[in-house]
Amino acid sequence: MNLTFIDWTIMVVYFVFVLGIGLALKRYTKSSKDFFEAGRSIPAWICGLAFISANLGAQEVIGMAASGAKYGIATSHFYWIGAIPAMVFVGVFMMPFYYGSRARSVPEYLRLRFDEKTRGLNAISFAVMTVFSSGISMYAMAKLIQILHIFDRPFAAMGLPPSAVFHFSIILSAAIVLAYIFLGGLASAIYNEVLQFFLIVAGFLPLVYLGLKNLGGWDGLKAQLPSSYTHSWAGMGSAQTNPLGVEAFGLIMGLGFVLSFGYWCTDFLVVQRAMAAHNMSAARRTPLIAAFPKMVFPFLVILPGLIAIALPNPTQTAAVAGTAVVGEQQAGKGLIPAKIDEQTGQPRLDAQGKPVLDYDLAIPQMLLHYFPTGLLGLGLTALLASFMSGMAGNVTAFNTVWTYDIYQSYINKNASDAHYLWMGRMATVFGIALSVLAAYAATRFNNIMDMLQLVFAFVNAPLFATFLLGMFWKRTTGHGAFVGLVSGTLAAALHHGLTLPIGASVGIKGGWLGSIHSYPSEMAQNFWTAIWAWSTCFVVTIIISMFTRPRPDSELRGLVYSLTERPRDEHLAWYMRPATLGAIVLAVAVVLNIIFW
Amino acid sequence: MGLDIRTPIGLMFSVLGLILAGFGLIGSREIYGKSLGINVNLWWGIVLLAFGAMMLVFGLRTSKAQAEAERVEH
Repeated sequence: MNLTFIDWTIMVVYFVFVLGIGLALKRYTKSSKDFFEAGRSIPAWICGLAFISANLGAQEVIGMAASGAKYGIATSHFYWIGAIPAMVFVGVFMMPFYYGSRARSVPEYLRLRFDEKTRGLNAISFAVMTVFSSGISMYAMAKLIQILHIFDRPFAAMGLPPSAVFHFSIILSAAIVLAYIFLGGLASAIYNEVLQFFLIVAGFLPLVYLGLKNLGGWDGLKAQLPSSYTHSWAGMGSAQTNPLGVEAFGLIMGLGFVLSFGYWCTDFLVVQRAMAAHNMSAARRTPLIAAFPKMVFPFLVILPGLIAIALPNPTQTAAVAGTAVVGEQQAGKGLIPAKIDEQTGQPRLDAQGKPVLDYDLAIPQMLLHYFPTGLLGLGLTALLASFMSGMAGNVTAFNTVWTYDIYQSYINKNASDAHYLWMGRMATVFGIALSVLAAYAATRFNNIMDMLQLVFAFVNAPLFATFLLGMFWKRTTGHGAFVGLVSGTLAAALHHGLTLPIGASVGIKGGWLGSIHSYPSEMAQNFWTAIWAWSTCFVVTIIISMFTRPRPDSELRGLVYSLTERPRDEHLAWYMRPATLGAIVLAVAVVLNIIFW
Repeated sequence: MGLDIRTPIGLMFSVLGLILAGFGLIGSREIYGKSLGINVNLWWGIVLLAFGAMMLVFGLRTSKAQAEAERVEH
């Protein structure tokens, strides 16, 4: 890749601002509340943009474009039913308990509502998860920088081997994220997420514009693709008639309910952004404000994938794309190159003898194809920014959970506030150090990473059942919640062990306990694993709760729906009221689904 | 927080806009074959500059008023 002076300048300007924000915030970070909760002083619109940005890591950006190229506009289900309803729910119904209770984190809410063991389980699994996620993000970024040869030229000029690029990328991203979180804590992460949000829009909007213009608009794009690519619901009646290989029920229950509510309503990574808001109504509006850009993001991140696969004449692009993936363009489709077997140097083939496409390169290929030097610098910076904010989100969630829910709860209970602030900064340092280790582990043991992610999925799947019962049924007990969570996780593992997607081999894809059912696709299997885990947790929690002693009502005020005063919002203008905003969001989401039916 | 985020956002996008637009004005025209013949650096630079300037104006003008209003709200 030929980056010129102008591209480097743009990248440097961004990094200067990132670090500058951290430095500027340092003098406002005086207490642990400032560091971990941004002083609970952030306006709603900033929290809202950070809320969506923390989720918009590069895996999301690259993965959604890849999925767009692979499945078409049906990928928008991950937004319109896989995020929007849950975001409305957490804002309107759940935020009063998160923000209104004295909890400083999601695990701490579990402690207040249930007991120590439920919190411990959640805090420890969450802490481990964030460290690994941040490491995987770091690894993916270093890998992409390597594949795109971004730093190759300056490295060659300095006489360093190309392999040093990987180490350099890891160290650089770790150092930058460390610096700005160490200085400004959560506020610094949130501000940088807002910056990154605008940068992503600035970097990708011209890409979509140029791509659509090239193909002759939406109609031109449609003409190049099979009709299943441009319809999100047609064919969802049965798993056989749509590209996702999932039927509507599995999609709506698995993705739209269990997975989506489990993530947006219980994951501290995003909830932490809303909890930093300056008052209750701002905290409730945070996910609702985030829902508006979230709804239109498919046009920004999924469309480039569709455009990349639809471009009719790949040879015309080879001269450009060749700089990224040398000469393998013929085996690919549109702008998407085939995966290359590292041993033979030939395109990898699937069982039918067709080349396996490397969909993850959709976004990078599009950037290289359409952007001249200058704008290319901006696009790459946007991509790097999204990697870093994905890491930063995990790091801030980790240092808070570590300090409040593990260190303060089990190791050192009665230290001064200054000590916990110090510990938060230390946690940032060793959290990032552990992420670096995880990133290197990923280079060596790819299977271990896949397995860990699978285990995380088992742990996360039942969570929403616990929160739903905890918040809306005061009879739920701590023993019920704990046993429910554990059995939900076991149910997920059991379901995964007993089923297998069609065509997959026994192992990481499932079936390791013997295959009694096969799913039409891996996605369908994932959704049903989640449905089983959730249902098991829900039922077991209720049963155990019936047989154990509930806590008295007086201890549950502010933690349970029936014992908490409704937040009043009559004094707010209509566009500030969470319920009204939520209704508007849902209505727009329905319209979008109908338009792209 | 004492820092209005719109100020740094405005500043950054103004700088990036100026760099891109400036480069679009003085740089070679030949590189725009990729972008369908459109001088995207110039045009997108102008858009970013306008956005940055707007953020900067809002940030600087309301940061004082907002601090005041927040104190009342608490």
